[in-house]
Amino acid sequence: MSFLRDLPSQERVLELLQTMCLIREFEEAAGQALALGHVRGSVHQYTGQEAIAVGVCSHLNHSDYVSSHHRGHGHAIAKGVSPYRMLCELFGRQGGTSNGKGGSMHIADFSLGMLGANGVVPDGVTMAVGAAHAIKMQGRPEIVVAFFGDGAMNRGPLFEAFNWAKLFNLPVLFVCEDNGYSVTLRTLDVTGGPPAAERVTAFGIPVSYVNGNDVVLVHQSSGDLIEKVRAGGGPHFLHASTYRWNGHLAHDKGLYRDPLEVEKARKDDCLLNAKNWLILRGTSSGRIDSLRNAARQQISRDVENALKAPFPSLETAFTEVQDLGSPVWHR
Amino acid sequence: MAQMTYAQAGCLALKQEMERDGNVWALGEDVGPEGGVAGQYLGLQKHFGAARILDTPISESMIMSAAIGSALLGMRPVAELRYADFALCAADEIINQAAKIRYMLDGQVRVPIVIRQPIGMRWGMAAQHSQSNENIWIGTPGLVVVAPATPADNHGLLKAAIRSDDPVVFMEHKELWLVQGEVDEDAEPIEIGKASVRREGSDITLLSWSKTANNCLAAADLLALKGVSAEVIDLRTLWPWDRETVFKSIQKTGRILIAHESPRVGGFGGELLAEIAEVFWGQLKSRHMRIGSPRIPVPYSKPLEDICRIGPEIIASTAALLCNTQ
Repeated sequence: MSFLRDLPSQERVLELLQTMCLIREFEEAAGQALALGHVRGSVHQYTGQEAIAVGVCSHLNHSDYVSSHHRGHGHAIAKGVSPYRMLCELFGRQGGTSNGKGGSMHIADFSLGMLGANGVVPDGVTMAVGAAHAIKMQGRPEIVVAFFGDGAMNRGPLFEAFNWAKLFNLPVLFVCEDNGYSVTLRTLDVTGGPPAAERVTAFGIPVSYVNGNDVVLVHQSSGDLIEKVRAGGGPHFLHASTYRWNGHLAHDKGLYRDPLEVEKARKDDCLLNAKNWLILRGTSSGRIDSLRNAARQQISRDVENALKAPFPSLETAFTEVQDLGSPVWHR
Repeated sequence: MAQMTYAQAGCLALKQEMERDGNVWALGEDVGPEGGVAGQYLGLQKHFGAARILDTPISESMIMSAAIGSALLGMRPVAELRYADFALCAADEIINQAAKIRYMLDGQVRVPIVIRQPIGMRWGMAAQHSQSNENIWIGTPGLVVVAPATPADNHGLLKAAIRSDDPVVFMEHKELWLVQGEVDEDAEPIEIGKASVRREGSDITLLSWSKTANNCLAAADLLALKGVSAEVIDLRTLWPWDRETVFKSIQKTGRILIAHESPRVGGFGGELLAEIAEVFWGQLKSRHMRIGSPRIPVPYSKPLEDICRIGPEIIASTAALLCNTQ
């Protein structure tokens, strides 16, 4: 149905591209900071998949909700979370989204409807369905978008979530970002029977497909679906095909993949595709390049400032555990 | 005051809290017309409607996730997981999400949910329907754990659990559902974290919770026949547990025996005794002890299952041993 929808204006696509650039630069900076030892653990970079978060979130209101997963930086930025606060969190600093208590996999900002990244597949999705349940009970106008990867499609609780969302006709859009990999394994190699989206039809949930590397297409198709979900049409499922440029983690060089496969995927760059779309319609390449430069400058400034932020005081390790029976810190 | 069963007392508490606060709702399998496995939801769906007393599919992960997700948006859900054994199907959602979200997000949100998961042996339901695994939840930071033993406590503590902003694991005992007792219908919630001295005594402290606390009362009767005066403390809340009441009692009696239905190995009794030993090192009149079921899956056959039961006789004989009055 997406061809029926008007194409977005060049200005709109420039806005989308701006956010995509911010995510790209954020992830590159996060990888560098990890290599320099400023980030603990690791980071799951969203590089290559930016068009999906940005295209979908461009239709959401401030009060709508998104839930995410371990590869969640892109969804947070697309929902408006401050990259500076996210970097503070990555660096374990005060002023981070969780003041250093969560790290990369627990970035959330409830003031912006960002319900959180999540360290467990597919708990972000099941809880998103729970949030949608509350919205319906409370008769509120918001919707929830649950982002997850193709790897989640082999986890049982996700199927409980599909059934539940359909059974109770909940306002949730499922967005499966199919980057082809379940950590280091090709998802198709560990999947019996038909792939992701075909299974979802068995739950009676309508499925749409989109090229996840084309932000204009993602913007158009998700716009239609979000309208339907908001109008009370129940859950919908958007299958967005894409590719994970880097390894599962920033540490992971992804050597289990055919280098030609990676090279080919990198040529289908969502940033480049958006740029070409704009140039074809007359936007100057200088204007487009300036977006990337501005994003690079902003992130580099944010990194510099976040590294100056203080570490949290030690007693905060003992706060926000629970009201009753919370442990007490003895120095 | 009214006479009612432990199950009816729970039902009354939920009804009162749902009337008091429109954000309270309950979800689980067979909580609607069926009224729950023990009638602990009987009549509530008729009263509050199918949305607030929600019958769900057999989907423990989603029952917990719906509870958590709704709590994140301001609701106060009561998630019914039927048996503690089945709560393990939602252990990820309880341990990795409900217990930690507030901390991981540094207080951006709280997760005010009640996770009802009845424990214990009843009717020879065998290894997957009889467990008392409260130690799993006690060892999980972020959770409150409650295990009432009387109808009045079930009423007052469920009310408190629903009003708590913490996720509360609420463990009713399946063999207590039909136990009758006096309940003050207008009673205020019972403060979580406060033990109850069920019987005063001077020779030994019997420390327990849930159904085994009632068995300790019966054991105290047996001990009295032998001239031993036992004090019975029902913890009621396992986390946080009431140090003050427990320590005061031990100070008085100088002897401590802990009894629980869960396996002795790895059971909460071990943790309690370790804390008690740290505080009362060298001050007790006899060695301290704990008794619990052997570390075997709960067997089906009656004589075999009985091996797992911590009844009044074993409690009384162990206590007598500690008091040197066999």
